Amino acid sequence: MKFTCFHLMPYRALEREAAKTYRSAWVVLPNSFYDPIKGAEEYDSYLDQLVYAEELGFDAIAVNEHHQTAYGSMPAPNLIASALIQRTKSVKIAVLGRALPIVGNPINIAEEFAMLDVLSKGRLITGFVRGIGAEYHSTGVNPAFSHERFHEAHDLIIKAWTAPGPFEFEGDHYRFRYVNLWPRPYQSPHPPVWIPSMGSRETIVWASAPERKYPFLVTFSSEAAVVRYLTMYKEAAREHGYAADGDQLGWAVPLYVADTDTRARAEAKAGLESLFNDFLPMPWEMLLPPGYTSISSLKVTMKMRTSLGSRARNQTIDELIANGTAVVGSPATVREKIERVREQTGVNLLITMLQFGVMPDNLARRNMELFATEVMPHLRN
Amino acid sequence: MDRLVTRGTCVRALRGGVGSPILFLHGAGGMPGWLPFFERLSQHHALLVPEHPCFGASDDPHWIRDVSDLAMYYLDVLDAHYTSPVHVVGHSLGGWIATEAAVRNTQRFASLTLLAPAGIRVKGLPPGDNFIWSPEEAARNRFHDQSFAEAAIKAPPQSDEDIDLELQNKLAAVKFGWEPRWFNPDLEKWLHRISVPTHVIWGKEDKILPCAYARLWEERVTGPRVTIIDACGHLPQVERASEVAEQVATFLQRVSR
Repeated sequence: MKFTCFHLMPYRALEREAAKTYRSAWVVLPNSFYDPIKGAEEYDSYLDQLVYAEELGFDAIAVNEHHQTAYGSMPAPNLIASALIQRTKSVKIAVLGRALPIVGNPINIAEEFAMLDVLSKGRLITGFVRGIGAEYHSTGVNPAFSHERFHEAHDLIIKAWTAPGPFEFEGDHYRFRYVNLWPRPYQSPHPPVWIPSMGSRETIVWASAPERKYPFLVTFSSEAAVVRYLTMYKEAAREHGYAADGDQLGWAVPLYVADTDTRARAEAKAGLESLFNDFLPMPWEMLLPPGYTSISSLKVTMKMRTSLGSRARNQTIDELIANGTAVVGSPATVREKIERVREQTGVNLLITMLQFGVMPDNLARRNMELFATEVMPHLRN
Repeated sequence: MDRLVTRGTCVRALRGGVGSPILFLHGAGGMPGWLPFFERLSQHHALLVPEHPCFGASDDPHWIRDVSDLAMYYLDVLDAHYTSPVHVVGHSLGGWIATEAAVRNTQRFASLTLLAPAGIRVKGLPPGDNFIWSPEEAARNRFHDQSFAEAAIKAPPQSDEDIDLELQNKLAAVKFGWEPRWFNPDLEKWLHRISVPTHVIWGKEDKILPCAYARLWEERVTGPRVTIIDACGHLPQVERASEVAEQVATFLQRVSR
């Protein structure tokens, strides 16, 4: 297995009880809740954690993009990636990912990723996402054209990375007389592209196509859903006429290790429950604006993910552990749970979120250490 | 339900009555059933209520991308299905579509009636954010008289087919109204092109498109009649059906003389 240490960089200083009086910690939560002095301390802590992950032997460290929310502090993840490049030597740096449809000019994304790839001498892993529904509220981009813009922006970026410039690009949403990337990517033909997703059949079929074979990362899903989506990817690959490699299958999961199951559960509780009950919840109207998914996917998702849809019910750590949305326990327990998913799916990319919600630095760092020493070595191929 | 086919695009439609023709263009909530308001207008007019392309069970052609396309589509409808001028009545999104068509060409228009029309923006006075509201908030904000809202909240769509129609309506509303939110920045400067009698009707307590917008329409359109309905929300033709039907019927009678 290969291991990525992933961070959301949540704003832990959030006054959570006061924040609960708003519709969500996204879009409408007033930014007077954000204290830049505390925010600066958060960046220091989180950058230190990610840099520490290289020392601990992780294959990659990863950041991601979210806008106008206490859930994450990286509206411009490439800025963080750039800082990480300067503070690390050989670890891969993953940006999982940039939200393509919500930018006006995707060439900017192609350029910035090319810069990071050259700056890091080929250590960059890129990710392409559509952004979550809330980000169509916060950017104003029309979700009805989200899929079209994603595919067009993707095609443009890949062509900008691989085709000799200058060339002309004539799309429905993006049009350029001159596309001619300077610098162009360090890796050939281009940096790896990973596709994090909450799971939709359209995305899986597209990512697994032979001309792409993009690794697909299932995020925030129960164990049953992880198995279902990764199996769907393998089936899609088979329909495309090849067998998917384990390196095309990824699982992104909040994970906590302590010396005993009881202690792990006690220490992870506040972080995990705040992630799911304070930072993540948003109403359907924000999570899935019409057009963001097809109507058929929307109906399936609304049935399956009642959990994200409402503030009406708090989720407990016991439920999240029981359904496998979070992996928490002693080293032996954690190893066994990961093995179980690996046996069912062949998943080879594990994207661990080792700090989550309000979890303090000391617990996050001990979690990282225990995972790296007591779990990782046993799961290396 | 009736069908209306125009240059290969097939939509659902309601029809009733005989007399000089009225074309009613519905709002972003989708095609309503046969309202008492329609019943009243059809006493003296041949009323046609088509469901817009992209809404409900009508065709969803890829080439219809925005409200400009809908406006051109309705100019095609007027050409294809009428030989004499038509009274065009539009509510909210439908009022915006009717206006976009009218600034392009009023040859087929006998008059223009706009009920709480979208299409223009008064800076500093944004419309309500209907896309972020829960179904209950949306129902409450559509009406001033909350008994209408209560009825809507108590009767959500039940059958799978009704849910599909509602999801398709919501998708179409987003497609046409998300950005810029419920308006076309270029429309306001062309409102003087509307060369037929125009009647703007607004509920005084509209929480979606503020009633204050009526003043900008009054300034930009040449010589419109403006009627403000007291104690009324965003759907005057539903909430104050008989009063608004009388207002519309009287106006059409007057301009037809």
